[in-house]
Amino acid sequence: MTNWLTTILIVLPAAGALLVWLVPMPRRWVGSLSTLVALVEVGVWIAALERFDFDRGGLQLDQRHTWFRDLGVSWHVGQFAFSLWLVGLTVVCGAAASMYAWWVGRERPRAYFGLLLFLTGAVVGVFSAQDLLVFYAFFEAMLVPLYVLIGVWGGAGRMRATITFVVYTVAGSLLMLAAIVVYGLQQGTFDLTRMGTSSNDWLFLGFAIAFAVKAPLWPFHGWLPAAYRESPAEVSALLSGVISKVAAYGFLRIAIRQFPGPTHDLRVPILVLASIGLVYGSLLAFRAPDIRGVVAYSSLAQMGLITYGLFAANALGTDGAVLQMVNHGLISTTLFLLAGMVERRAATGELVLLGGMARGRPALATVLMATGVIALAVPLSSNFAGEFLILAGVFQQGWGWGVVGAGAIVLAAMYMLRLISAVLHEQPGPAVTDAALDLRGAELGIVVPLVGLLIALSAWPAAISGHSFP
Amino acid sequence: MIHRPHVDWFALSPSLAMIGATAVLLLVAVLVPRRARKPVAAAGAGAGFVAAFVLAVVLAAKSPGAKVEIADSIFRDRWAALAQVLVAGCGVVAVLLSYGERWREEHLAEYYALLTAAGAGMAFFVQASNLMTLFLGLEWFSISLYVLCAIDIDLVGSLEAGLKYLIVGAVGSATLLFGSALVYGATGQLGFDRIGSAGHTHDSLLVLGLAMVIAGLAFKASAAPFHMWTPDAYTGAPTPVTAFMSSATKVAALVVTYRLLVTAFPGEEHLWTWAIAGIACASLAIGNIAALAQRNVKRLLAYSSVSHAGFMLIPIAAANALGARALLYYLIPYCAMSLGAFGAIAARERELGVPVTLDNLAGFGWERPLLGGAMATFMLGFLGFPPTGGFLGKFYAFSAAYRHGWWWLIVVGVAATIVSAAYYLAVIRAMYFRESAELQLAPAGGSPPRDLPLQTGVVLCLAVTIGSFFAVQPLIDAAHAAAGALPF
Repeated sequence: MTNWLTTILIVLPAAGALLVWLVPMPRRWVGSLSTLVALVEVGVWIAALERFDFDRGGLQLDQRHTWFRDLGVSWHVGQFAFSLWLVGLTVVCGAAASMYAWWVGRERPRAYFGLLLFLTGAVVGVFSAQDLLVFYAFFEAMLVPLYVLIGVWGGAGRMRATITFVVYTVAGSLLMLAAIVVYGLQQGTFDLTRMGTSSNDWLFLGFAIAFAVKAPLWPFHGWLPAAYRESPAEVSALLSGVISKVAAYGFLRIAIRQFPGPTHDLRVPILVLASIGLVYGSLLAFRAPDIRGVVAYSSLAQMGLITYGLFAANALGTDGAVLQMVNHGLISTTLFLLAGMVERRAATGELVLLGGMARGRPALATVLMATGVIALAVPLSSNFAGEFLILAGVFQQGWGWGVVGAGAIVLAAMYMLRLISAVLHEQPGPAVTDAALDLRGAELGIVVPLVGLLIALSAWPAAISGHSFP
Repeated sequence: MIHRPHVDWFALSPSLAMIGATAVLLLVAVLVPRRARKPVAAAGAGAGFVAAFVLAVVLAAKSPGAKVEIADSIFRDRWAALAQVLVAGCGVVAVLLSYGERWREEHLAEYYALLTAAGAGMAFFVQASNLMTLFLGLEWFSISLYVLCAIDIDLVGSLEAGLKYLIVGAVGSATLLFGSALVYGATGQLGFDRIGSAGHTHDSLLVLGLAMVIAGLAFKASAAPFHMWTPDAYTGAPTPVTAFMSSATKVAALVVTYRLLVTAFPGEEHLWTWAIAGIACASLAIGNIAALAQRNVKRLLAYSSVSHAGFMLIPIAAANALGARALLYYLIPYCAMSLGAFGAIAARERELGVPVTLDNLAGFGWERPLLGGAMATFMLGFLGFPPTGGFLGKFYAFSAAYRHGWWWLIVVGVAATIVSAAYYLAVIRAMYFRESAELQLAPAGGSPPRDLPLQTGVVLCLAVTIGSFFAVQPLIDAAHAAAGALPF
């Protein structure tokens, strides 16, 4: 069965990138053109969603062409229900990032927007790939635009940030390449849908470490603080909102499915790492001196929670994990974009210099408050639904995990409330002047749809949790 | 009366086309007036390489089986023909890169004549089927390259490069010759396949000869620990010459090494696979670690070429049909990336008038979007990132190692790649992450010269680098057919 939709989803942003890079055009067209491409991409995804048969389950909208025969590699892309949700997250966040960059007016727009589009295409490719080598190619292809986006448009400490980022991720992903070569040649094909499972612990570790670095899971998070702080706001948004989900997806699609034996053997150590990350990340988020630090470390904590769900090894846990991936993706994208907006007004993200921004800025206060409240998982929010499912799932592995997870949710409330009050309430900080205006219409146009999606998911979390593994 | 062998002229045609061009160019040097010499000489050399390219393609198409021709001295098969295609292709690009170089007018035609002569020598070398033709071909192209390295007497270091290459290269040639003599002494045979059937593993003379032959060829492939001439020769030589050396010489040396080992020494496979694997590991380690410390970009790429010799020795060490395919496939994007990268450096050198370092590369990517973007792509290709053929080349090489049962060689290769990320990305960082305003440059004056041939060459390389990623199947089919000529 051949269906072009998935291929279009991957190729459209890449083609947009080439268009922006190669075709001469006036500078001011570039932002609008890229945003247009990103929005069309969202439209294509909606079309894919319409055609996806959630009653049937399994791999759909797939396409397969032989790439090279002798090693059994093919261009095989398609969607599972859960990957379709993650693709949706990617295209929505990609569009938001593109709009924000357009609004901010990044320098060297042709290079910048081309790289953003290329990145979107590569991430969609990772979520859609059904062939290990294609998966790896997209996984590596993500790194290049990120490297340049941080290195060229990043903050003052960008050199160090890019070097640590690249060293960690390249080391992780090349170990995965070794594992892929061995695993694929053992199986005689690289097509994930045709490969059998393996019980080799070393191969599993090759994959698991790559994903643990990308996520990041404790103790592989060394690149995280610098990368999240020094990137342009929308790139941080994509890094924590979307790219980290690539790792979770990799665990779900490859590590857990193809290596059931090692997953079972190594479950406890992985859950321990996730617990440490969860608590440690939450504590660091509570202590972080700036907005981005809070969001970055909360991201580390949330990835620990998602790993909990994935390795709970039951339907509750994985359903919750997929829902939580989408939730966290939307939340951290929104928070990073808001951090960027605040930084543009106050010229700093240091919490001690901020404060009192709610007075006279109702729109900013409302959006930040709404996002923060969903992020700290108040009952009825989509985050609450996701975390509840994850905790219920991991509880079946042992009540201790459930206790740690529940404790971490309390910590999440602490750091989120600290962030909200440090930015919005208290006395006006020295960096907050009257010249710092409320959010403008264009900015609201970017973040309000994201918050709207979160509220819609809060109303109907089963849209994702009930439609991920039909 | 001397017995005259039947000569298969068509089998020799790629070499002959390039020798013909050499002869014409030597006449151009004396007959064509000085003003017209530059375009005429370049066109002559280009025509010679293009003719050789086409003839090699036809030769590949018309040589389905492996045959030994002309009194058992050369092979007529697809393995050699495909290597000739690559050598001739490298020659075409080298001519394009050379055109804009500021040569001394009086030696211009001689330069192109030497370039085609070197190409002809390599085309002959890859066909060699006995130890005599092997040595003859090796000396033929080596001597041309020695002179090419030293040809630009105005360039600081050019003479030094030529001299170093000559001396170290002579040691390499002598080693190869001595080894050949020992092999002949042990077996009484010169032809590769006859050595293969006559040799005995327990003959220490043969084993010593084999070791010396491997060392001699490793000198040409600039594999560690026989690489010591590489950094100096690559840095000192005129950049278009470096581009040609780093690509075509590697094709010739590696392709011949593979053929010689599997044809002449099948009985010693358990010995030479380990030897080659050892050389590969040494090259990977030395090349990558030394490259980390370089500031001069040509020197950095010289060490990178040592490390790539290591990567391409992995499929040779694997000694299987997959390895043969992997080597031929890897060479295609490797040649393109190597030529293209040195081409971009040549452009920068011409606009600055000083050797290119990581510091004065600053801002190159923004000032020259085409060349900068191409250079960045080549660096990512060397590093093995998609979407470039370098990625699949490494993938194939690792696969061949695994098929041989050597997963540890994959681990070594992966570790080397991780180290190499540091310096390849440093080039990209130098080009894009800093503004040229941050640096005081010494520009040669005026706006950068328009250099259409060079840009054409670089774009060709870019097309091959990226195209070989997408069009794997046809290239692998060609490599498969070529590998069929080797006995596995």
